[in-house]
Amino acid sequence: MKIRVDPDKCQGHARCYDLARELFDVDDYGQSSVIVDQVPAELEDNARLAIANCPEYAIEIISE
Amino acid sequence: MVDTAPVTDWSTDFDVMDPEYLTDPFSIWDELRQTCPIPHTDRRKSSWMPLRYEDVTAIAHDIEHFSSLKVAVIPGDEDEDPNADFDGPNLEYGLPPISADPPLHTWTRRLLLPWFSHKRVDSYVPLTRELCRSLLDGFADKGHADAAADYAQQIPVRVIARILGVSTDLADTFTGWVRDVLEFADDAERRQRGAEGLLYYFIEQLSYRKENPGDDLLSELLHTEVEGQPVDDGIVLGMAALVLIAGVDTTWSAIGSSLWHLATQAEDRKRLVDEPALMPTAVEELLRAYSPVTMAREVTEDIDYAGCPLKKGDKVLMNFPAANRDPEAFEHPEVVLLDRAHNRHVAFGSGIHRCAGSNLARMELSVALEEWLARVPEFSLADGEEITWAGGQVRGPRLLPVIFP
Repeated sequence: MKIRVDPDKCQGHARCYDLARELFDVDDYGQSSVIVDQVPAELEDNARLAIANCPEYAIEIISE
Repeated sequence: MVDTAPVTDWSTDFDVMDPEYLTDPFSIWDELRQTCPIPHTDRRKSSWMPLRYEDVTAIAHDIEHFSSLKVAVIPGDEDEDPNADFDGPNLEYGLPPISADPPLHTWTRRLLLPWFSHKRVDSYVPLTRELCRSLLDGFADKGHADAAADYAQQIPVRVIARILGVSTDLADTFTGWVRDVLEFADDAERRQRGAEGLLYYFIEQLSYRKENPGDDLLSELLHTEVEGQPVDDGIVLGMAALVLIAGVDTTWSAIGSSLWHLATQAEDRKRLVDEPALMPTAVEELLRAYSPVTMAREVTEDIDYAGCPLKKGDKVLMNFPAANRDPEAFEHPEVVLLDRAHNRHVAFGSGIHRCAGSNLARMELSVALEEWLARVPEFSLADGEEITWAGGQVRGPRLLPVIFP
């Protein structure tokens, strides 16, 4: 699984970072980014949880 | 004079300060969502109030048609005087970034955000925890307390004062000013008094810090440069006032509402005591169910939205709290589920005006509940004693008498 955060949609709610720090980082301005190339299989549920909690629908699945 | 007659038709003549609405807005939203999801009123000013998640978030993202220059839910005489939303000395820019559109919004927001980043907020945890513990020391042995006035109200104002670099000894004064501006805004004299108190205080503080800078937010704003220029004094003043106003009433209301919930729902209280690992999802769920903040937008040109003829200059009351109770967006929104897994709530708004202090608010709510439950794990409402709710711009309990063993 590959995911990305759309920087134009992300508004810094940081829900993804709070839910899955293994997958996301957040900068001083609240901008989130994905820190892994591939989501490890055991973290796929966390990735889906982050996607389902983003109020801006900013996290996309690039490939399953 | 503001028409304060009891509301008989919520679709065409709603009043967010109606006593029935202050106590229980939820059933009114539920009914309106079925019959008239964007009600209108002419009380105070022609205003619309979207209640569906879809509408609230769509309007929040349409900054072209919905400006943030006037964000007060209870308007002042702003039609006559553009500064009247927040009257006082030299506030020609309002309270940026909240009452600003791009480009002013963009760069003023970037100046504030690092002060409320995760890293910074983590560094405020010890002082928040210590503060909560000392407040609890004051009443934990007495068997009763006012969870709003003795606890919730005392926490965010002191943390924000520390961040701003102003005296925590003035916490009650700050709280009074902020309440005058936000909660008693229908009373023009009181609103003016609060605004002036706050602004003159910050003018004095800013003047001192110009010569004697510290490592606080006010000093940084005064000594920073944007594109090679210092920030205009009026903008710094507006930003300082905003940080205090936005950092006090809002989080205090969230802490108070959460304690009200736990005082009335014994099962949830016991569950959170037994399973402290639930705190992160519980905090999000309590924020969803009892979102404190409604912000206004101003319509920039005549436009039809979902069949409503919005006129230039109309207010739109962005009812984030009602959006968070929309059954189209949340399963069983009326139920508080401390472990709700899918919770795309917009308690901190949506779009470019997402609350800049959301990390701080979450931390304060979380620490305040952890410390309270560690010290007072069993508590309930005090029988027969009055509970009062503030509402309008910010909803939360103001008197919340509780008892405990």
